[in-house]
Amino acid sequence: MTNSGSLALLIDFGSTFTKLRAVDLDAGRIVGSSQGPSTVTSDVTLGLKAALDDLARKLGGLPCFRHRLASSSAAGGLRMVTVGLVKDLTAEAARRAALGAGAKLVGTFAYRLTRSDIEAILGLRPDILLLCGGTDGGNAEVILQNATMLSASELACPIVLAGNRTAVEEAEDRFAATGKEVRVADNVMPELNLLNIDPARSAIRHVFMERIVHAKGIDRAAAMFDAVLMPTPAAVLEGARLLARGTAKRPGLGDLIVVDVGGATTDVHSICTGAPARPDILLHGLPEPFAKRTVEGDLGMRHNAAAIAEVATLSAIAATAGLSEPRVTALLRALAADVERVPATLEEAMLDQALASAAIGLAVRRHAGTVETVYTATGPRVMQRGKDLSGVTTLIGTGGPLVHAADPLPILKAALSDPAEPQSLRPAQPRILIDRGYVLYAVGLLAEREPEVAMALATSHLHSIARSFTGGSSTAA
Amino acid sequence: MTPEQAARSARMLLTGVIGSDTHIVGNRVLSLALEKAGYRVASLGALTPAREFIEGAIETAADAILVSSLYGQGELDCRGFRDLCVEAGIDEILLYVGGNLVVGKQPWPDVERRFLDMGFDRAFPPGTRPEDVIAALDRDFAARAAGARIALP
Ligand code: B12
Repeated sequence: MTNSGSLALLIDFGSTFTKLRAVDLDAGRIVGSSQGPSTVTSDVTLGLKAALDDLARKLGGLPCFRHRLASSSAAGGLRMVTVGLVKDLTAEAARRAALGAGAKLVGTFAYRLTRSDIEAILGLRPDILLLCGGTDGGNAEVILQNATMLSASELACPIVLAGNRTAVEEAEDRFAATGKEVRVADNVMPELNLLNIDPARSAIRHVFMERIVHAKGIDRAAAMFDAVLMPTPAAVLEGARLLARGTAKRPGLGDLIVVDVGGATTDVHSICTGAPARPDILLHGLPEPFAKRTVEGDLGMRHNAAAIAEVATLSAIAATAGLSEPRVTALLRALAADVERVPATLEEAMLDQALASAAIGLAVRRHAGTVETVYTATGPRVMQRGKDLSGVTTLIGTGGPLVHAADPLPILKAALSDPAEPQSLRPAQPRILIDRGYVLYAVGLLAEREPEVAMALATSHLHSIARSFTGGSSTAA
Repeated sequence: MTPEQAARSARMLLTGVIGSDTHIVGNRVLSLALEKAGYRVASLGALTPAREFIEGAIETAADAILVSSLYGQGELDCRGFRDLCVEAGIDEILLYVGGNLVVGKQPWPDVERRFLDMGFDRAFPPGTRPEDVIAALDRDFAARAAGARIALP
């Protein structure tokens, strides 16, 4: 099959597999999928070749692709360290910018960096460091001192500077003086409590494309693709954003969240303003990004299954799985020793479902905003922190345990609001979709160049498993 | 820009209404007047915990914090405010408080004394006009430039 140029090849260099999706650009459908081992740390071309051979077998030959676009979470992902001034202000804004850029956040720092902080940062081996601090015209001293400390250190990674604009040039000079590579972006917090993370996100993405792809050896296979556009989590976020907002020709799905349960982390993406549902509710805290990503590093199905059981309690996991507590403990021990394990018995499958459901519940609970009642002299007022997700109309589940479950619905139910816990603003009655074919990253990669195709791709490959589903009850619609 | 305004534009002021107090009008009126006079102003609005004043002052490198309290519980909300500043390393910041600081009609000198003892540089009685606040700020910043803590009466 060689229909010249009507196909796109979307590549994901993952942590264990290099996955390919061939998309028919006219039909907006996947026509072939394949994967090979991720060999990014040795020679990326080997795994990619294996995956391409597999795809060629399935398609009866390799066509000439119009686009060959890639994302990557290989070789440890995009490891980032963020530095800000006040923990709840610019340090938090920096954290959100890095997560939104699809980074794997390995360290967050605030205030003046100490010598031991610098040691810690070097030990974390970041791919990019994001340095922020101060509103525009605000505190300049701390970002400058931190720039001095970092520039004098052995830190070799590129630095993205997105702090107080009156201090940034001076900070840039200090880095330049010691030969560090710097890219400047607009301040993540130009005014107090005003969040502006998109410029920093795009600067991070540029550094990723220009430098990190090379540093990780992914560009060794450069002849086999056009570009590595972004880290894979950013591609998923972009896919979700397109799906929510729609294109020129197709309306979007509106407010949505994506829950991705993985072996090492559970990620939650929300695309919505999350504004209070009623005008009398007071919003408190830093404004939330429209496209928000959170990563729960303690909620991985394999790398920290025991931690999930600890947070959710062993008895709750045992009860959901229908197993005895000692049995769960034994199975968890076996999982810890074999993180690549795929459930082989019914017991293991039950445990996986219970763990996935607990991880999803906790991750969405942490992502979602909360309300609390404050008693003022005029009577009670409701105060909201974070995003109100209760009106979210679509919930998309993805990740191994959901995709492989015979019935993912009861697992995903954990993401929904619970009448017994009204302070947590989780989705109330969303329709529920499953990304079985793992297409969201492909949608995100195509979103910029072929938005209409990307939208068609998403709508044709996401499976609806429940129209409208209410939390707190066990009956699915 | 007058030389007076130019001097003011170098100063950052942080305003807000402390505690569970929702009276926002005075804060708005005052913030707008200060801005119009040439000062740079960041307002935290109503219902602001003490901690957020301090955090905001650090990020913006504020020269002064103007705390409003109208609903009568100012004394409780403002307790330890200067200590928080000291703890956060902004011990030299100019601190004003104003509004309807206490419940009912109490002699102003007593009320003022209590707030000065908490570490505020100045406390302002009910009905203080923005012009008075601007005049006090101008004098205090001039005094600071000359090495004093605040201007003497
Ligand atoms: C409007 C109003 C309300 C509105 C507020 C609407 C809103 N979101 O803003 C509502 C109806 C919600 C309300 C509620 C309450 N209110 Co009321 N309210 C008033 C009222 C009538 C006007 C306030 C106002 O807007 N003034 C106009 C502005 C421009 O003036 P200002 O606030 O005084 O500010 C000026 C100066 O004081 C100064 N200033 C202000 N802050 C600062 C700070 C610094 C550093 C400096 C230098 C100067 C300064 O500059 C401002 C500009 O000139 C006053 C009475 C009055 N006439 O003042 C009562 C009053 C403030 N309220 C009062 C009370 C008791 C309450 C309630 C407790 C009533 C209740 N039992 O439910 C609740 C409290 C709610 C809460 N949790 O905050 C009392 C407070 C008594 C006290 N402190 O001892 C007052 C004084 C009425 C009274 N005489 O009893 N209130």
